[in-house]
Amino acid sequence: MELQILYAVLVLGILGFAFGAILSYASVKFKVEVDPRIEQTLKMLPGANCGSCGFAGCSAMAEAIITKGVSPSRCPVMLIPDRNKLEEFLGLRKAGETNVRAVVKAALVKCQGSDDEEHQKFQYLGLEDCQSAIIVQNGPWKCPHRCIGLGSCVKACKFGAIKIGDHHLPIVNEDKCVGCGQCVMACPKHIIDLADTVKTVHVRCNSTEKGADTRKLCATGCLGCGICKKNCAYEAIIIENNLARIDYDKCHECGACVAKCPTGAIIKENRPDYKGRVAEINQDLCIGCTVCFKNCKFDAVIGGKVKEKHSIDSKKCVGCGMCVEKCPKKAIKIDDRA
Amino acid sequence: MMHLLAILITAIFLENFVLNQILGICPFIGVSNKMDSAIGMGLAVTFVMLIAGVSTWCVNQYVLIPLKLEYLQTIAFILIIASLVQFIEMVIKKTAPNLYQALGVFLPLITTNCAVLGVALLNIKKGYNLLETTFNSLGGGLGFFLALIIMASIRERLDLAELPESMKGAPIALITAGILATAFMGFSGLV
Repeated sequence: MELQILYAVLVLGILGFAFGAILSYASVKFKVEVDPRIEQTLKMLPGANCGSCGFAGCSAMAEAIITKGVSPSRCPVMLIPDRNKLEEFLGLRKAGETNVRAVVKAALVKCQGSDDEEHQKFQYLGLEDCQSAIIVQNGPWKCPHRCIGLGSCVKACKFGAIKIGDHHLPIVNEDKCVGCGQCVMACPKHIIDLADTVKTVHVRCNSTEKGADTRKLCATGCLGCGICKKNCAYEAIIIENNLARIDYDKCHECGACVAKCPTGAIIKENRPDYKGRVAEINQDLCIGCTVCFKNCKFDAVIGGKVKEKHSIDSKKCVGCGMCVEKCPKKAIKIDDRA
Repeated sequence: MMHLLAILITAIFLENFVLNQILGICPFIGVSNKMDSAIGMGLAVTFVMLIAGVSTWCVNQYVLIPLKLEYLQTIAFILIIASLVQFIEMVIKKTAPNLYQALGVFLPLITTNCAVLGVALLNIKKGYNLLETTFNSLGGGLGFFLALIIMASIRERLDLAELPESMKGAPIALITAGILATAFMGFSGLV
């Protein structure tokens, strides 16, 4: 009898020990190298696992921050000093710089449609919610991409950074916006995007209708005509589905597209009457090296013979600033058009 | 060979672990909302059941029976299954990160899946040899997989159906499971 008990204890003990040994060996043998920063980031997150960020808990968020470059500001729970620390750790912000905002993304509303009666299909009197309004014939506006304007994004914003302004269009307060992306998910028309706060040139239209249809529906819609693309010296504009899109990595914010856009669908932030820029060559400094002539993609440099002073044809110049960068004598300056 | 096939068919259809023996109901209801996760869970369970069935049989045959310790089956099997799931998780994480991502949280959850323990105990109870055990375990896993994907495809459609408020969610899922189990009774007498 005693032997039976001894056997039982021994067998289970040995089994347990053997499995334990195998597991501990396996954990070394099959160790997966994970980015140590994920672990460190996880420690800096609140650890509440609340899921407000949209990920399955803090560890998933930490992984997304490191591997996908998600902004730490997606976490609405974190205290601001903690977030500053994390941003310093990730290199998004220099140590000690507390007042300067990190390079973050802010919401960008891609619609500037008018709310005149002629642009309206019918008067919507239902629930004050974009999702509800869209169920009724895709919303009350003629343009299928028009912002509904009932403020689902405002409700989704936990930071009070969006309000509905004039013409039933949301206005984003970039100082309050943390780039969490909640409004992007809330918008049923997919009008809101996240864009770098430092960038100032944006396409403010989301219409993928054909140019002729867009023209009928909206005065400021993108027709997909491609004029912006032709005038972009940096090949930063892509036309897809009758809609221009800016590749922010390539954009130099020269604003040539803003000046040339026939409908005003492309805007430069805080510059409602932006007319573009034009280059001017200082004749005293020009040595006639032809570098600007060779680099101008728009044939806007007059002359182009060696040792002859060059000048700019202001009608052809789009103000991209390519020549300013290339001129060895720094003889070219660029200014806004009057 | 026909004998083994019969065991396989029996385990999948006639004695389906979920719909006939009512084992592993928790993951059956819990993970059948979406087809993707149902497939992931089903594959993981099939895999673990197969390996757990075989290894528990070996431990029982070569350790417990010679020492007359059969009464320790339950506790020993739980030990084996838990360690096995842990071990498999590590191996998959290292060798197939994509599969690991797809299975996600379901893999560790299998530790507490009673269908896995059920298959281990039933293999012994029915007095199967090693080959029969293999087929029975595989069949059990495939049966679970089948039940799960049937349930998931029904529930995906139920989401779009108009239901009375009190029926939404778990109640209708349980009723569906009941009807499904009744339907599976139609297989009886097949083998």
